[in-house]
Amino acid sequence: MSIMNAVQRQYKRTIKYRVLFLMLLPATAVLIFNNYIPMAGVIVAFKTYTFDGGIYGSPWAGFNNFKFLFQTEEAWIATRNTVLYNGAFIIINTVAAITLAIALNELRNRRLAKFYQSSLLFPYFLSFVAVSYLAYAFLGGGTGFINKSILEPLGLSPVSWYSEPAHWIYILPIVNLWKGVGYTMIVYLASIVAIDPEYYEAALIDGASKRQQIMKITIPLMMPVIIIMIILQIGRIFNADFGLFYQVPLNSGPLYPTTNVIDTFVYRSFLLNGNVGMSAAAGFYQAMVGLVIVYLTNYTVRKISKENALF
Amino acid sequence: MINRISWSSNLLLNLLFVIATLACLFPVLIVVSVSLTDENAIIRSGYRIIPEQFSWYAYEFLFKDYAKIVRGYTVSIVVTLLGTFISLLLTSLFAYPLSRRDMPFRNPISFFVFFTMLFNGGLVPWYLTYSAAGLKNTLAALIIPLLIVPFNIIIMRIFFTNTIPDSLVESAKIDGAGEFRIYGRIILPLSLPVMATIGLFQTLNYWNDWFNSMVFISNNDLVSLQYLMYKVINQIQYLTSGMVDATIAGQELSKIPTETVRMAMAIVGIGPIVFVYPFVQKYFVKGLTIGAVKG
Repeated sequence: MSIMNAVQRQYKRTIKYRVLFLMLLPATAVLIFNNYIPMAGVIVAFKTYTFDGGIYGSPWAGFNNFKFLFQTEEAWIATRNTVLYNGAFIIINTVAAITLAIALNELRNRRLAKFYQSSLLFPYFLSFVAVSYLAYAFLGGGTGFINKSILEPLGLSPVSWYSEPAHWIYILPIVNLWKGVGYTMIVYLASIVAIDPEYYEAALIDGASKRQQIMKITIPLMMPVIIIMIILQIGRIFNADFGLFYQVPLNSGPLYPTTNVIDTFVYRSFLLNGNVGMSAAAGFYQAMVGLVIVYLTNYTVRKISKENALF
Repeated sequence: MINRISWSSNLLLNLLFVIATLACLFPVLIVVSVSLTDENAIIRSGYRIIPEQFSWYAYEFLFKDYAKIVRGYTVSIVVTLLGTFISLLLTSLFAYPLSRRDMPFRNPISFFVFFTMLFNGGLVPWYLTYSAAGLKNTLAALIIPLLIVPFNIIIMRIFFTNTIPDSLVESAKIDGAGEFRIYGRIILPLSLPVMATIGLFQTLNYWNDWFNSMVFISNNDLVSLQYLMYKVINQIQYLTSGMVDATIAGQELSKIPTETVRMAMAIVGIGPIVFVYPFVQKYFVKGLTIGAVKG
């Protein structure tokens, strides 16, 4: 009886709020189409895809797609590259952004500081296609800036950047830092500006130096934001920035050993080579491992300090 | 006692930022300079920050085929305007009920959005879904994928919760206003700052998108500016990759852009961003700050 009442009450409440539910509808439809239907479509990773059968009509293949996937050396290299690059990006960008944010906050001339901030954010506004042109201006073969204007005057022989993979383990982190550091710096700067000035006044009375203030006040009080930013990035450690790894090396074949990541691997084996089953398997593997990593990171943070956990 | 760094460390930090600023702006400046330099001067002495021998040739060459560029701009502008407008409408319509404390099922609805940030089906089922719906080679395939960004819903919900008092909504209800009326006459006018910020995020998203074009567009009439840039640089890469017969590659290469024309293409592509950047970056930073402090 009481259950019936509860259901009835809930129903009445829903009716009362029907207009608000109506407002949710358009965006919900987009999320269902763009996110949830493809989520259900992950079963294609367990099928032998045929064009006529589509996702649901094709015959089951068990774990065959995964077997093929992990037999290729490429899948392992792509996984290794994804995790190592993202790991390096997290460390490099975090350290650089925190340093720049603290430094920017200390500058005496505020107008100059604003100008620096705007300049550093600028690359974030460019698409990776545009970035690939800028990179090409530096790395291009005959007349590229590095070969023609730096190496030649120094008497060094030119490097063919787009066919020697070894250089890209440095180029990609540099490009990534260049494009992203302004954005991260501003996030950290916001957390510094939010610190109550009374802390610094008290420290000053106690005779604390700038260095001590930064180490004992600024950085500890930035910690919650730093932790959230790092968790968000670790949660995405299995997802590479497709534009960075596909556009900037201009999809150049000889560079694959150091530029292929899971996302470019999936894209190439699906849309360029038409291997539906294996690419779906790779995508599924990426999404599942990603999900597990997010939960593990969040779980760990929850254990250490509950208020910093995301959920 | 003033809590400031010493003049010497101030100088040192300024030096650091001058170098960082140069690193951020120099690549764009050099590309501008190259696009305005005579081709032979480039081959002779490489790239210079000030053109050694000034020339409009690259732009003249590029605009001989102006139809392509005009079409690219048209597609990009249409997709950006439509996409941003629909996106703002859907995002605010979704965020408003979520911001209402009395809304039933608030948590499950939030989770419905949040979960899409944690898990996705991957490229293959996503592509198959769009192509089964017949969206290949349509503008919709360039608009729908970027419409709903969960992070934007979160920012907007926080803004509504913090800036619009419950009592305001309550009194409007007592006066007999319906929910759509409250949304249109009270919520939206009070939310211009957050709308401007999210609108800017979305404009940037749509304007800079090339991925959806690469995946869904093969019709030449629907090539956006970014995709056009991609096709130009990719074509050159393909011809010089050694995968094409050398004699054919030579013939084709002599027909397509030279170094300076390529850089002119880059300027044509990023010009609008460079032009609006000084005016919009302030709002962008403001939006970022809301997300950072309260997200």
